[in-house]
Amino acid sequence: MSSIAVSQYSNYQSRVAHNRATSEPAWIRWTLIGITLAFLSVFLFIPLAAVFTEALRKGVETYFAALVEPDAVAAIKLTLLAAAIAVPLNLVFGVAAAWAIAKFEFKGKSILITLIDLPFAVSPVIAGLIYVLVFGLQGWFGAWLIENDYKVIFAVPGIVLATIFVTFPFVARELIPLMQAQGKEEEEAGLVLGASGWQILWRITLPNVKWGLLYGVILTNARAMGEFGAVSVVSGHIRGLTNTMPLHVEILYNEYNYAAAFAVASLLAFLALVTVALKSFIEWKIERDASNEEKLSEQ
Amino acid sequence: MSIEIRNITKQFGNFNALNNVSVEVPSGELVALLGPSGCGKTTLLRIIAGLENSDRGSILFHGEEATDRDVRERQVGFVFQHYALFRHMTVFENVAFGLRVRPKKTRPTEAEIHRRVHELLNLVQLDWLADRYPPQLSGGQRQRIALARALAVEPKVLLLDEPFGALDAKVRKDLRRWLRRLHDELHITSVFVTHDQEEALEVADRIVVMNQGNVEQIGTPQDVYDHPASPFVYKFLGNVNLFHSRVHAGRAQIGDIEVALEGHQDTEDSPASAYVRPHDIDIQKTRGEQPAFEAVISYVHSLGPLVRLELQRADHTDIVEAELTREKFKELAVGEGDTVFVSPKNVRVFLDQTA
Repeated sequence: MSSIAVSQYSNYQSRVAHNRATSEPAWIRWTLIGITLAFLSVFLFIPLAAVFTEALRKGVETYFAALVEPDAVAAIKLTLLAAAIAVPLNLVFGVAAAWAIAKFEFKGKSILITLIDLPFAVSPVIAGLIYVLVFGLQGWFGAWLIENDYKVIFAVPGIVLATIFVTFPFVARELIPLMQAQGKEEEEAGLVLGASGWQILWRITLPNVKWGLLYGVILTNARAMGEFGAVSVVSGHIRGLTNTMPLHVEILYNEYNYAAAFAVASLLAFLALVTVALKSFIEWKIERDASNEEKLSEQ
Repeated sequence: MSIEIRNITKQFGNFNALNNVSVEVPSGELVALLGPSGCGKTTLLRIIAGLENSDRGSILFHGEEATDRDVRERQVGFVFQHYALFRHMTVFENVAFGLRVRPKKTRPTEAEIHRRVHELLNLVQLDWLADRYPPQLSGGQRQRIALARALAVEPKVLLLDEPFGALDAKVRKDLRRWLRRLHDELHITSVFVTHDQEEALEVADRIVVMNQGNVEQIGTPQDVYDHPASPFVYKFLGNVNLFHSRVHAGRAQIGDIEVALEGHQDTEDSPASAYVRPHDIDIQKTRGEQPAFEAVISYVHSLGPLVRLELQRADHTDIVEAELTREKFKELAVGEGDTVFVSPKNVRVFLDQTA
């Protein structure tokens, strides 16, 4: 939950030149940096290192054996499938919602914004439970689903639904402030020049938000692959069928199969590292574009 | 193409942006919508463009009903106050945009697009910037590119929203003269919005003065400056002195002096406001034949071609502002603290709306 997109514009502040008169004494700075580093080591670096050392403790062979074992492969495939469905859907939804909120005035706009934030506010377990209550055996549509032989809960569709639910704010949240800051003059200019709605979207709006959009997609993907709580409730933990990678890790761990558990976990940790790297790259890119613009317009 | 605006009314919530506004823009003219911010001028421009809908009233293009016509079909060019250039496209692509988004049937060939874009960039004298991006241009350059982009679709009407509002004073003056010359060359019916009276007076063929959603006056720059139709127009266009006075039987009493008035023969002792431009204040060292009141020169600003005097009236607490040429001021040979005799010319009186 804490990974809610940090505004890209926070970086502007850091570009303000360092000035002796406005900076703190050295000992304060070093104390603050020390505290931060100590905190990060205890809560982040050491656990991260532990994941990889534990995974490799019994040798490289055991490590790879744990990854190619059929249940693990099934879990990886299911995780990729859930992400492959959730990410594009949330991409479309996020762009549509952000476009509507940033470019148009309508009643109930603030309610819509609140609703988009709902998955951040609700515990993932509750999110999973909602789907059980709606689609489960005793749920609203339970009887109808059984009659027509559809399986949602304890099956792949439930996992996909839960994943979509927990990840849908990311793209919209990322794009709304960006689009609002850009205003709608460019779109109006396109309209007056005769462009259709699609042409405006593809040629003007999307190119203007491309980095923000990519950033949102990366966060959505990371969350979709890593989600545990909501998926755990709807999954039913059927090995080789309804286990995603995080669930598979838990099962292995509970069976005292540490090496295998950490091997699969290391994949997720690796994904997290890639995400962070991509995220920094995009932030750097956005900042560079912004500072280029500033420099050039000052000429 | 002529534009006819008939009884346009627009409300934003409880705010009356436009009250029953009617304006006619003859074909080929350059018309200014002039007024203070919040007077509804931009809203009216956006309604003409089709970017905003009116609550009531209609818009006619070339005598044809166009109120419900889609923005895309109105064939208007719109220049935005903050340029609204597509920031991720080169200058060339910005100008080409209107041609590229046309449906296949009417889209020009690539060679034709090239020719047209360069022709327009030459027209705005910025062909050498074709490969740059908007953030790399200065404000004045951006505005000219925005104009080229608007002209690319061969609009029948050109609409400009505060086109020079975001530029500094020098560029602004150059650019507005350039716009006037361009208009004389192209003769495209144009409407531009401005809050700068100097700009409107210098550039426009005709000025529509607006205030609080109403049209106060429509006329040539000469007309609205010399014969303002309302106290608002008087105050908004240039500096003016306001005298409280009383009108009785065709004569207005201003302090100790009386001025003959036309058209107020039947008015019985009614409070009124008299307006006089600073350059219509005549100053003499001695009391002459014309009615004058006594005043003391409290301040002299002698910057630029004109000398501005602040005069403290002897019979009233009001301060009167006068403007004279440098020669006239030298001839008078007066300074701060001297007593002079002041007689207003070209007095325009408006009865106070008391009832």
